[in-house]
Amino acid sequence: MSGPLRVAVVYPDLLGTYGDGGNGLILTRRAQWRGRDAVLVQAASDRALPDADIYCLGGGEDGPQVRASRSLIDDGTLVERVAGGAVVLAVCAGFQVVGRSFPGADGDLHEGVGILGVETVKGTGPRAVGEVVAEPEGVAGLPVLTGFENHGGVTALRDGTVALGRVTTGVGNGDGGEGAVSGRVVGTYLHGPVLARNPALADLLLSWALDGEALDPLDDADAEDLREERLSSARRKRRFRRRA
Amino acid sequence: MRARLASATTRMVNAASRRMGRGQGTVAGGRAGLRLDPKLLEHLSAGRQVALVTGTNGKTTTTRLLTVALAAKGDAVVSNETGSNMPPGHVAALAGSHADHAVLEVDEVYLPRVLTATGAAVVVLLNLSRDQLDRTNEVRMVAGRWRAALAAAPHTHVVANADDPLVVWGAGVARDVHWVGAGLRWQLDAVGCPACEGRIEFGEGGWSCVGCGFARPETEAALVVSADGTSSGVWADGRTHPVSLALPGRFNQANALMAAVAAEACGVDAPAALEAMAEVNEVAGRFTVRAFGDVKARLMLAKNPAGWDELLDLVAGSEAPLVVSINARIADGADPSWLWDVPYERLAGRSVVATGDRFRDLSVRLRYAGVAHSTESDPVQAVTMAADGTQSVVDVIGNYTAFHDLLGMPG
Repeated sequence: MSGPLRVAVVYPDLLGTYGDGGNGLILTRRAQWRGRDAVLVQAASDRALPDADIYCLGGGEDGPQVRASRSLIDDGTLVERVAGGAVVLAVCAGFQVVGRSFPGADGDLHEGVGILGVETVKGTGPRAVGEVVAEPEGVAGLPVLTGFENHGGVTALRDGTVALGRVTTGVGNGDGGEGAVSGRVVGTYLHGPVLARNPALADLLLSWALDGEALDPLDDADAEDLREERLSSARRKRRFRRRA
Repeated sequence: MRARLASATTRMVNAASRRMGRGQGTVAGGRAGLRLDPKLLEHLSAGRQVALVTGTNGKTTTTRLLTVALAAKGDAVVSNETGSNMPPGHVAALAGSHADHAVLEVDEVYLPRVLTATGAAVVVLLNLSRDQLDRTNEVRMVAGRWRAALAAAPHTHVVANADDPLVVWGAGVARDVHWVGAGLRWQLDAVGCPACEGRIEFGEGGWSCVGCGFARPETEAALVVSADGTSSGVWADGRTHPVSLALPGRFNQANALMAAVAAEACGVDAPAALEAMAEVNEVAGRFTVRAFGDVKARLMLAKNPAGWDELLDLVAGSEAPLVVSINARIADGADPSWLWDVPYERLAGRSVVATGDRFRDLSVRLRYAGVAHSTESDPVQAVTMAADGTQSVVDVIGNYTAFHDLLGMPG
């Protein structure tokens, strides 16, 4: 790869309500801390989507989510870049947007960008809100995934798309799976942000963007402590629920 | 009859719960009263002039400032000072007083219900931004509910922040709106137009939607901050009144101007109102200096990105050691992902100690923000650690329960 690694946070004005912009910052810093040239771009929705090596989409409200999907489809860059090998991390509303279809506030289905083979409908039960633990499934070599979910959607995988993980605490997609992976596109319901709590996933995305280059280890002691705290909190809740 | 019984029960339960040391007893009594008489808030509001204050940030302070302003003429004013800002808290406050004036802080989501129940003469709308992400009340939805409720309250005077598009949408169809240019530092939640879903652009002196022409209304009064840090309220009718407060921060000057305009709607002149407000030096513990052993600490509250944005501004110029305390209990919201929306990068170079139940989340956030820091799970220990044996007054910023933990600790 020539030139700096370009990380784009997609539409922070529409898909920026949930702290997921942190994922872009984390990817950029982790590349820079290893001596690589990397730039972080906040790609607002009123401009053409810039070329980037990694695109991060985050959570958002129902109305803005529909606008984000419409803009990304009209713009065309994301589909084009993914075909050219760009990496995508899409969270919550962003996860639904990169799929094939998702529900708006009115419950009507809207067309998604279609770079991930998933379809989302409005769930019939209460919103899924709380800590999630998932055993990784769709990608090799990751430790257990931890995050916080807050969504009302139920997401089904289509045509050989695999789940990112298998839920042991929480709801995830609604069928026991959590998130989805297809090629270099990863979708997930996990906030936290997900890369703050799962630095190994951050490094996996970075290594994809750097075409498999080996990455030196970083001192992630604080993130390891955070993971241990969140995982043991989820374990305690699970035990409590079993007893109740 | 039923209302009298319910009201007496509220007072009794409150007194009992205070005696038993179970907090300030405002919620328990209010709940008991409302069970006996579901219309108790209506009954207790009858015959009083009620002002309601709501918004994401600044509710408690503005409620206090308006209470002090309305008392300037010597009238008795009752208020839910403890910050219990839902109907049980309102009932508890009103049941304990015969004051003709009431100033009530109201949770954003409860405004429609409380407005209907109290038939408020004045409603103050401060701002709307993301808060407690694990609850599902999106800011646009809240603004829409305000709009419907105020449309159905033709006798209510609305005092609204013209610089916040969501507030303007919420106040929009009310019959009598006093627009105030109170400023809006945090604009990220207001970019999507609430009217047409188009894009709102902010510029020098205003904002407007590129899609539908929804724009900042002309103001009746606006806050003007001079280069030397002093502020004035400038009225469209030509009046200028200094806004000089014991409370720090531009956001408190904005709160005071909102309160001054609301006071005028209640019959108290702005200069008298502002003069009374100038004396207030702490509100429910905010900005209070407490001693923890030998160490003094100034306690501040910031519970969401917009609140942090303002407070970071306030502490930016200071060299004081800084403790940041973050919890994620029920009253805080269970997910501290919002820490990544706060521009902590501005703390680079400061000496920071991360504490609270969720100091580990904060620690990871600060590392990526490039802020050198240490961690300590116990907040009081963290204050001592930050002072590092010096005489400096430590700045402590906590979110809701983190702030109250420290405030409630014996010094």
